[in-house]
Amino acid sequence: MGHLSNARSIITAYRRPDPSSQPVLLHEPYRATIRRAPRKPLILLPHTLSEVTGPVYGPEDITEGDNDLTHQRGGEPLGERMILTGRVLDDNGRPVSQALLEIWQANAAGRYLHVKDQHPAPLDPNFTGAGRTLTDENGCYRFVTIKPGAYPWLNHYNAWRPAHIHFSIFGRAFATRLVTQMYFPGDPLCAIDPIFQSVRDEEAQQRLIARLDLETTQPQWALGYRFDIVLRGREATPLET
Amino acid sequence: MDFVPIPSQTVGPYFHLGLTEKHSASCIASSTANGEHVWVTCRVFDGDGAPVDDAMIEVWQADSEGKYNHPDDLREKQSDPGCHGFGRLGTAADGSCQFETIKPGSVPGRAGVPQVPHLNLAVFARGLLNHLYTRLYFAGEPGNEKDPVLGLVPQERRGTLMAQPDPARSGHWCFDIHLCGAQ
Repeated sequence: MGHLSNARSIITAYRRPDPSSQPVLLHEPYRATIRRAPRKPLILLPHTLSEVTGPVYGPEDITEGDNDLTHQRGGEPLGERMILTGRVLDDNGRPVSQALLEIWQANAAGRYLHVKDQHPAPLDPNFTGAGRTLTDENGCYRFVTIKPGAYPWLNHYNAWRPAHIHFSIFGRAFATRLVTQMYFPGDPLCAIDPIFQSVRDEEAQQRLIARLDLETTQPQWALGYRFDIVLRGREATPLET
Repeated sequence: MDFVPIPSQTVGPYFHLGLTEKHSASCIASSTANGEHVWVTCRVFDGDGAPVDDAMIEVWQADSEGKYNHPDDLREKQSDPGCHGFGRLGTAADGSCQFETIKPGSVPGRAGVPQVPHLNLAVFARGLLNHLYTRLYFAGEPGNEKDPVLGLVPQERRGTLMAQPDPARSGHWCFDIHLCGAQ
């Protein structure tokens, strides 16, 4: 015991994103923020070993087929089959390999397999709506799924969420942890969705939208979408700690 | 493409489907891990003081000697195989979740100044458009008053980062997280 406490090590902090690239925490049109968003100024944590490390994932954390949401329950789910692929990069443009991606989504009718979802749309016995995968050495990932439906929610009168897929990403460090939502190109509901609109910068909004990709599309089988994800990257200069 | 980080979005009310139904982790360090075994109960409250029953807490911590299970912790010693270091749970109806772990050792901070034992937490919930990071410290731990990171927090708010021992149950600690409001 104790011999580690004197050890010095070198760490490289992660860059803080420009606030305009992120949502505001208190966005009153999204009502749940009113009782949950912090009001006091957040205290910036200096990065130490605690922040630049984080859980590490590998092939043993993934089961074959985890990235194919169309073959989890015997039969094939209803809906528009789609291939969803992209890269996870850091803000230096370097690929993030071995990143764990977890996704969850509604079925084609806009219903989640979740006890709290009361939307009277049908469940699909052949669709769970959850998947996970790891990025390869180039930061690439790939899922096969179906396009989720839009669905109503109780935020305000006649509120509807645009079709979206939830993404959770573990990069190399706890500091780069990210949860977000991916939207579809040309969806008119994005313009009136308080969650999407909590990101005010239009360029930042575009980063949440996948693009239709004919190279990924497989003829006679499934449309392809690309969704690249940039995480915080490391600062240029290491710190001796 | 440009290389600007993607915006965060809320985890929403249905995250259990993708994150905690099949892949929760209440045991951060197993019974074979070295160190002082502790049970940490976190509770999450909203601005009205009501429990938040659809939050998710992730924990990241070092082993009993302050070593992280990660390749960027370059110190030579292997981390304790009994201490995985990561936990993740959704909160129950009363806003709580309980982790089984060990009290971590001291971790080096900036300029070689050691940091007192702490757990790193990320809090996710419907209504949180970005997750929130916080740290859990142990009340009464020698050195808390001199910790460089804790020292960045105004004195009157430092207590909000202290887990308190449960007087009724040895080894049990309670940590309340108030997302907003007076506390």
